[in-house]
Amino acid sequence: MPLNLLKFAFRSDYGEPRMFRRPDRLREEYDVVIIGGGGHGLAAAYYLAVEHGITNVAVLEKSYIGSGGTGRNTAIVRSNYLTEEGARFYQASVDLFRDLSRTLDLNLFYSERGHFTMAHSLASLRTQRWRAEVNKHLGIDSQEVGPDFIKEKIPEIDLTCGGHQPPICGALYHPPGAIARHDAVAWGYARGADQRGCEIHQGVSVTDIEVRDGAVTGVHTDKGFVKTTRVLSAVAGWTTHIQKMVGLRSPLVIHPLQALVTEPLKPWLNAIVVSASLHTYISQSSRGELVAGASLDPYELISMRSTLDFAETMAGHMMDLFPFLGDIKIMRQWAGLCDMTPDFSPIMGTTAIDGFFLDAGWGTWGFKATPISGYAMAHTIATGDNHDLIRPFNLSRFSEFDQVGEKGAASVGH
Amino acid sequence: MKILTCPVNGPRPIQEFTYGGEVRDMPCPDTSTDTQWADYIFNRTGEPGVRREWWHHGPSGVWFVAERDIIGDNVLKTYLWSARETP
Repeated sequence: MPLNLLKFAFRSDYGEPRMFRRPDRLREEYDVVIIGGGGHGLAAAYYLAVEHGITNVAVLEKSYIGSGGTGRNTAIVRSNYLTEEGARFYQASVDLFRDLSRTLDLNLFYSERGHFTMAHSLASLRTQRWRAEVNKHLGIDSQEVGPDFIKEKIPEIDLTCGGHQPPICGALYHPPGAIARHDAVAWGYARGADQRGCEIHQGVSVTDIEVRDGAVTGVHTDKGFVKTTRVLSAVAGWTTHIQKMVGLRSPLVIHPLQALVTEPLKPWLNAIVVSASLHTYISQSSRGELVAGASLDPYELISMRSTLDFAETMAGHMMDLFPFLGDIKIMRQWAGLCDMTPDFSPIMGTTAIDGFFLDAGWGTWGFKATPISGYAMAHTIATGDNHDLIRPFNLSRFSEFDQVGEKGAASVGH
Repeated sequence: MKILTCPVNGPRPIQEFTYGGEVRDMPCPDTSTDTQWADYIFNRTGEPGVRREWWHHGPSGVWFVAERDIIGDNVLKTYLWSARETP
């Protein structure tokens, strides 16, 4: 045993610094209370401190940080969306992501791989072409490519899908498409927020939100009451719990989405491979595991159980694309909660209740938006005015018949 | 395998069914305000609890109502619309 390790074992304190402090009690009052210690909530806390100098902030997390959607997604970052509002918003997120390892002084393993959305039909190819043209118009690097290009970039792929599916006839290719270590994003923002004075409380559940005369006055938790005039709900799949506390109605419905990883392999798959028709997306993580995700489970359910049906279907689709994976074992599978909106865009910003802010409707597109959501929500909370980038995503669009139909989202078949 | 009981065909595998969303009352299109109509069109009861939902049995084309707890995924009962309890 190395001598250093032996010495470490006899120390009464940790030799390594912790990522963030563990405050033992809640203060009586905070300027801002953030419900949900995922990437979005922690990023909002970080940017409140960095950009706006607001540090009397509590992030309340009922479990441990990053335990919800942040740690359950397939970690893909891209901006090849179809609406102008969406593409602009996600491009701003990609721009922040590119520098984020340096900003947070933590290696997020941000790795640009190139992102292929395979088309198995002419109808699908038409949508990919549409997306490519919209993207180019907005200055986003996307193009339509043919089967030869795909085969050159991903030699292992079976374009015929073994005859089990219609053959791949082209793809939308988005070179900046990247993957990142999602838990590191949460930890990096947590450390940054903590260093600037924000408090992160794990294991604290919010039980009710006090609203008087249409304005937030405080939050009840299982560790007592805290006074505050500004609350941000950043709980994604649990938003319907929270909105009930303040009496808001929204179109959100919760569906589970399942994903899996295989045993680690030597690096062979550089690109991120998505098939909208097979509802499958596959990438190889920096640990060598293949990470694969599916579409939503077919009916509403607020549960994170995973099913054998899913593993079977997913394995079948992975083998349609890469037949040699037949010998590879699945290591883990899990489910995350997706709070779906009817137009596949998020719900962000101010609400009818003074001081109650929503960062919700993150469905299947939440991780890639983490930095820009935190940035835009911090601006909105600090100034009381919706940030320009998120104005189209306000909850009020559902009473003003002004939706943002985002067909570039991961769960939309086309 | 998850089983759902169709009120006409009895217990069948869940794969034979399609989910149709929660049972909702339509306000009168002629007399409702824009706000009431928008609420009906867009908003849903997404919160946890027991809910009345539409389900469709594909092979036989039967639409029916299921009362289901959307956290535990337990179906309490299923019945045809015509057999519902009217208040």
